[in-house]
Amino acid sequence: MAKICIDDAVMDNVEILAKLKLNGEAREKAKAELQKMLDYMNKLEAVDTTGVEPMLGIYPLKNVFREDVVVNGDDREAMLANAPKQKEGQYQVPKTVV
Amino acid sequence: MEIREMTACTLGQKIRRHEIGVKEAVKASLDEIKKQEPTVHAFLSYDEKMITARVKDVEAGMKSGKYKGPLAGVPVAVKDNICTKGLKTTCASKMLENFAPVYNAHVIDQMEEAGMIVIGKTNMDEFAMGSTSETSAFGITRNPWNKDHVPGGSSGGSCAAVASGEVSLALGSDTGGSIRQPAAFCGVTGIKPTYGRVSRYGLIAYASSLDQIGAIGRDTADCAALLDVISGADAKDSTSVPGMKTDFYENLRESVAGMRFGVPKEYLSEGLDRQIQKSLMDMIQLLTQAGATVEFFSMDHVDDVIPAYYIVACAEASSNLERFDGVKYGYRSAAGEDLHDMYKKTRNEGFGEEVQRRILLGSFVLSSGYYDAYYLKALKVRALVKQQFDKAFKKYDVIIAPAAPTTAPKIGDSLGDPLKMYLSDIYTAGVNLAGIPGITVPFALSDEGMPIGFQLLGDCFNENKILQAAYTLEKLRGPLPAAWERRSDRS
Repeated sequence: MAKICIDDAVMDNVEILAKLKLNGEAREKAKAELQKMLDYMNKLEAVDTTGVEPMLGIYPLKNVFREDVVVNGDDREAMLANAPKQKEGQYQVPKTVV
Repeated sequence: MEIREMTACTLGQKIRRHEIGVKEAVKASLDEIKKQEPTVHAFLSYDEKMITARVKDVEAGMKSGKYKGPLAGVPVAVKDNICTKGLKTTCASKMLENFAPVYNAHVIDQMEEAGMIVIGKTNMDEFAMGSTSETSAFGITRNPWNKDHVPGGSSGGSCAAVASGEVSLALGSDTGGSIRQPAAFCGVTGIKPTYGRVSRYGLIAYASSLDQIGAIGRDTADCAALLDVISGADAKDSTSVPGMKTDFYENLRESVAGMRFGVPKEYLSEGLDRQIQKSLMDMIQLLTQAGATVEFFSMDHVDDVIPAYYIVACAEASSNLERFDGVKYGYRSAAGEDLHDMYKKTRNEGFGEEVQRRILLGSFVLSSGYYDAYYLKALKVRALVKQQFDKAFKKYDVIIAPAAPTTAPKIGDSLGDPLKMYLSDIYTAGVNLAGIPGITVPFALSDEGMPIGFQLLGDCFNENKILQAAYTLEKLRGPLPAAWERRSDRS
């Protein structure tokens, strides 16, 4: 892998994916740290993985199916109580279309 | 013997024999918590009203014969990333400061069915991301052996609660060493079971393919008894493995005669503290004298574990933590102008620095153009790490490993250099990549009076072997003092 440079353009893209927006000093620090980590992680490049299958889990688990039966009770009120904002029994969010 | 000095199994036995009442056991724990919390800060919350109500249930259940297991009536502390119905579960994050789950994690239901009493929720690194418990949004936990040192992490609160005598038993979670490393730092015993042995339902996910809930106790028997309670398949966690009945506690046996132990030579690099190296040799001698064979062997890819682990863990974390968006639960920024702005500001204000760092790293390694080079590569290296363990377990019953390169560092010494902190997971993270079980057993004290512990690792679903080895090692080692017997600032 070519050496990656965490510049502002890369950081902008990562922030969009991460749903985070860093500013000023915090952003510069995060860029430098990300760069340092990735430089270190580049050592994996030297590992020969020809013919090795990526390991996604520990066991060769297949899909586990079950009947689609409701087993929990109606926790609507208790769940809504955890919402930062609610209105008329529903979650309330800021305007979505600007 | 005072209650705080008892192991969980001894306490449970005395409760069953009516020598100690359930109320008395709980009061002893709460008294100790009140006395120690101002210095140790192992707990984030406990609710005395809920505890009082639960004590009544347990008393009635023991009388009727509903609760009769070895841990009935025993108080247990729970790491604050394991959901407890109606009891705040914060992950030590501002993001979940006021979150009260509407359901119990499967392990909590299992402990309740065994008649155990959840006494409170313990401090941790925020979202289990850290090795010192210093990334908690609600203050640090101090090591009960020396308050200038960290307890380790991320299950630092659970391990400190057991080491300080506040409880005899606790639940932790282990993604890259988060039970085994703090157990070593705090001089307690902690087991990370095989991936799939224990249901993760209700464990707030960090890295789903690595996370596993485990037991922390005074000794091996306590861990075995709690593991019996929390093991088993669960329909709500499709990665929990069905068809295995466990009886670890009843089957504990004191013998290592004929057992084959292997020590990876690569674990004895210059980075390992000298006193820990010396203790390791002492331990090998004890095992050999007891009839075990111990061999050094060479293990490949030891240095590739940390980069592979952090790529996989951060990738999964970036996906798992997407759910914290300020809508359904948790913190919401007051400043958000529209929906997307609200998401970003909420996550900026709600997550701490270390959590943000790992989300950014995880988002990068999964991003278009870099996915193959980082994430896919790490998954292939993960397969190679697993192969190394598979190969070793053809030859050995148990692999011996340090739990960390040093004893517990001083508070404030670790967070300045994140990469350096990550590198200290070298002996523990490979275990999670391979999904195998591992137990930390306290072995000695350093010249400075800090605990030294070692890991005993087994092949998948061979917890019985590592428990037997750990149980025997405890007897060979002899009793170690407790933290409160060593602390100069306590009577």
